[in-house]
Amino acid sequence: MTERPRIRVVLPAHLRTLARVEGEVALEVASPPTICAALDALEARYPMLRGTIRRHEDGKRRPFIRFFVCQADWSNDSLDTPLPDAITTGREPLLIVGAMAGG
Amino acid sequence: MKTVRVLVGTRKGAFILTSDERRAAWTVQGPLFAGWEVYHLKGSPVDPNRIYASQSSSWFGQVIQRSDDGGATWNTPGGEKIPGPYDPPGGLSNRFAYEGETGTHLWYDGTQHPWEFKRVWHLEPSLTDVNTVYAGVEDAALFKTTNGGATWQELPALRKAKGHLWQPGAGGMCLHTILLDPKNEKRIFVAISAAGAFRTDDGGASWKPITKGLKSQYELPDPDADVGHCVHNMTLHPSRPDTLFMQKHWDVLRSDNAGDLWREVSGNLPSDFGFPIAVHAHEPETIYVVPIKSDSEHYPPEGKLRVYRSRSGGNEWEALTSGLPQQDCYVNVLRDAMAVDTCASCGIYFGTSGGQVYASADSGDHWAPIVRDLPPVTSVEVQVF
Repeated sequence: MTERPRIRVVLPAHLRTLARVEGEVALEVASPPTICAALDALEARYPMLRGTIRRHEDGKRRPFIRFFVCQADWSNDSLDTPLPDAITTGREPLLIVGAMAGG
Repeated sequence: MKTVRVLVGTRKGAFILTSDERRAAWTVQGPLFAGWEVYHLKGSPVDPNRIYASQSSSWFGQVIQRSDDGGATWNTPGGEKIPGPYDPPGGLSNRFAYEGETGTHLWYDGTQHPWEFKRVWHLEPSLTDVNTVYAGVEDAALFKTTNGGATWQELPALRKAKGHLWQPGAGGMCLHTILLDPKNEKRIFVAISAAGAFRTDDGGASWKPITKGLKSQYELPDPDADVGHCVHNMTLHPSRPDTLFMQKHWDVLRSDNAGDLWREVSGNLPSDFGFPIAVHAHEPETIYVVPIKSDSEHYPPEGKLRVYRSRSGGNEWEALTSGLPQQDCYVNVLRDAMAVDTCASCGIYFGTSGGQVYASADSGDHWAPIVRDLPPVTSVEVQVF
């Protein structure tokens, strides 16, 4: 069996509370590793997060959610873009961020 | 001695206030779901330990929470952690998907706009089954769960009641009031801003507007319009479910035939604008409103926070002021933020946009704050057990 990439994911504080996790989440992700694959793995392990990052109705990113990859904003890139080695080897975490919008 | 539990939703979490039936000393639990908007939480009439909560956020969307132990612990029904990352997905407790073709409704500018789910405004647990709950949502629709919140299905016939003519009020196009008839399980009343009031007599298979007698001359050009009225809240007494009381955008009204015809009972109120309306637990003709100055000035007239009580089912109103601020008070009281308890001496509760929750243990004669400094209060419900 092929070993699945294991990536690190950092969630916004409110979603860590909802998922009842502290700190980062480590996930085995299907190949090829993409943001979509990472979200699939995240939601499978923490079903209470379904709908909080991607909309139920169409699977699109919620407007106030951002994806940061190696200091770059990937929010408007395709969710199927392969993640770089720094993420897939666990050297850098995938950051899921709540947009800075007050409140 | 009985326990009284007040469930408070706020803009930044939920709180549970608990006392014995003397209602003199209170404990405060919370914030629960800190930082999230909690539009509503309500306990099951069947089992007071079962409480449902609507937790939402502009960032992260809608989450349904459930407690099976009176609010001590909470879980997301259908969203439990599953053993392995590749196991089948769990439930979809937070998914509110409109049935069939989504369709459009009136938008603020008069054009048509697609229906878009935003949040759950109101949760109404069944009177007979602990696992059945109705949810009123924005954009306006009625959903139902029969498995304790694990999954939700729309009752789509409601939106066929001229849904294309419904329009959002200032707070959004929300279904905010759900009244279950305790004598007829097939009959449900709902109210929507700004669509009006509706009734089903067949368990949700069909609905009709119940707005005859409502006048909205400043909001609707057609004096005979049966949808489009901005109903803010409705209530009924369980012993007389054919008598409904309504706080509309302007006007307080009553109907004695299950909404078939309404008549205004604003009487001597200092303003007939307001949001909540409540009925005394033991006196079906005693009702309560909190007059607000106007639709653009959401605070009490003259800076005096007054609950008005009518013991005659409307028209003649008396101001209840003892213990409430009577100068420089400019808070608002939202539509779901007033409730009554069923203690022998009926308790009345309301929460304000300033974070106060006021309680009266004597039908409104005297008031005192339970808490003064919560986040803005969105909803208040009471349990006695």
